[in-house]
Amino acid sequence: METVPPFFRHGPGPFARLFVFALLSCILIAEDTRFKYFPHLRQSIGVIIFPLQRIAYFPADIVDSIEKFIASFYLLEENEKLRQLYLESREQLLTLHALGSENNHLRNLLGAVRQIETQTKTKAVLADILYTPRDPFNHKITLNKGSRHHIELGQAVIDDKGIVGQITQLYPWSSEVTLITDKDHLVPVQVLRNGIRSIVTGTGKNNELALRFLSLNTDVQRDDLLVTSGIGGVYPPGIPVAIVQRIEQDSGDDFALIIGTPVAGADRNKQVLVLSLIPAEPTDSSEIPVIESGKN
Amino acid sequence: MNPERTNESSSAKKENYLGQDVYVPANNWLIAGSLVAALILNFVPLQGDFLMLRPDFIALAIAYWSVNHPQKMGMGIAFGLGLMMDVGNAGILGQHALAYCVVVYLTLVFGRRLRLFNALQQAPQIGFTFFIMQSIIVLIALSSGASPPDWSYFLTTATGALLWAPASFVLMRLQKQKPDPDAL
Repeated sequence: METVPPFFRHGPGPFARLFVFALLSCILIAEDTRFKYFPHLRQSIGVIIFPLQRIAYFPADIVDSIEKFIASFYLLEENEKLRQLYLESREQLLTLHALGSENNHLRNLLGAVRQIETQTKTKAVLADILYTPRDPFNHKITLNKGSRHHIELGQAVIDDKGIVGQITQLYPWSSEVTLITDKDHLVPVQVLRNGIRSIVTGTGKNNELALRFLSLNTDVQRDDLLVTSGIGGVYPPGIPVAIVQRIEQDSGDDFALIIGTPVAGADRNKQVLVLSLIPAEPTDSSEIPVIESGKN
Repeated sequence: MNPERTNESSSAKKENYLGQDVYVPANNWLIAGSLVAALILNFVPLQGDFLMLRPDFIALAIAYWSVNHPQKMGMGIAFGLGLMMDVGNAGILGQHALAYCVVVYLTLVFGRRLRLFNALQQAPQIGFTFFIMQSIIVLIALSSGASPPDWSYFLTTATGALLWAPASFVLMRLQKQKPDPDAL
C-alpha cells in the first residue's frame, strides 16, 4: 500500500511539527499558570532530573569538603569564639526572660487581659541550595531536602540574616522555595521601631520589596527595619525581612510608595534553614478553650 | 583551532569524498550522552556573574545535532529536554520546551544553508537563533506577569555563540574517534 518507499519518508514537515509542539507547550503553559490539573506532572519530572542535579552539585560538594578540611585546622579557635558568642547571647536571653516576666507582672498590675502566652517552637532543618535559576523573572531556588526529609509545603525558609522565602513545591528529595522578592509573595510585617503592621510584597525585581497601601502620613522612615509580625502563622514573629530604602510620598496618590531591600539573600550563602512551626499552644488551659492542634 | 576540521560538510566532505567523512554516522549513545551532559552542565549551581554568563548548554547541544544530523534530532527530544529544564529551573512548565522546539525548527529550516559555512561562520547565525529562543522565554514570562528582565539576561546568547565553534569541534572529534573498519 505504501506509495513512498520508507527511505524517502520524512513525516510531517518542520512547520507542522513545530505547530503541534507549540500547541502542546501552550496547553502546558496554560495548565501550569492557571488550571493546575496535574500537580504530579511536575513532581514526576522532578524525580527524573534529581540525579542529574545531584551530579551537577558534585563539584560544589568537593569544594565544600576542601573548605571543611581547611577549617578543621582552626577548630579550637572557632570553638573559643563560639563559646564567647554563646555566653553573650545567653546573657541577652536571660535579660529577655527577665523582661518577659516583668512585662507579665506589669500587665497583671494594669489588669489588662493577659496575653495568650504562646510558645512558638520551631524545628529547623539545614538545607543546601541546589540550584538558582538564571532567569531573572524566576524568583525561586531549589533546595536539596524534600518530602523525604520531612519538609512540608508552606514552611518558612530563613538564613542567618532574615527571611528568604517559603517552600512552594515539594519533590521527594528536593524542594522549591519562592523567594520573598517574587511578585506574588506576601509577608506580614511590622515596623520594629513603632510596631506598625503591614504586608510586604515582592516587586518582581531582584533586590526590592514594597510596602503598599500605607497612607501618606504613616510613620515609616528610611532605614527602618521591618520584621515579621507572626500574623498568619507562616513565619515566626520577629525575624528581619527588609530595611526601608526610600519613601515616595506623592500627594497625587492616596498611598505612599515605600521600597525596601531584603535583609537576607539567597545569592549570598549556600545554606539556608527550613523552619517548621509547631502550632502555637496555649499554656494555661484553664482559661482558654482547648483547641485541637494538629500534630506536626 | 582549525576551523576546517570543525566543519563536517563543506571542506572535509570535498577532501574525503569517497572516504568515511561523506557521512559520519552519529552514534545514538553519543547524542544521548551529550544531551545528558548538557543538562548536568545547566544544573551546575552557579551564582552572580558566572550565572549570568553561563550559556544554555542544552540549546547548544540541540542546535549542534539538529544542524549536523537533522534525522537524529527530533522536536520531541527537544520538547522533553525543555520540560526537564523547566522543572529544574522552577519556571513555567512549557517555557523552555517551546523555546527549544523553535531552535530545532530554525536549525532544521536553515540547516542546509548553515552547513555550507564553517563553525566560526555559523556562530553568529546560531547566536541569532539563541536570541530568538530567549525572546520566546521572555515573552512567555511576560505574559504570565513578570517584569521585563535586564539586558544582561541576553548575555547567554553571546556566550552561546562564542562557545558554538569549540563545542562543535569537540563533538566532531568525539564522533570521529573510533573509525571502525568493520562497519558495514
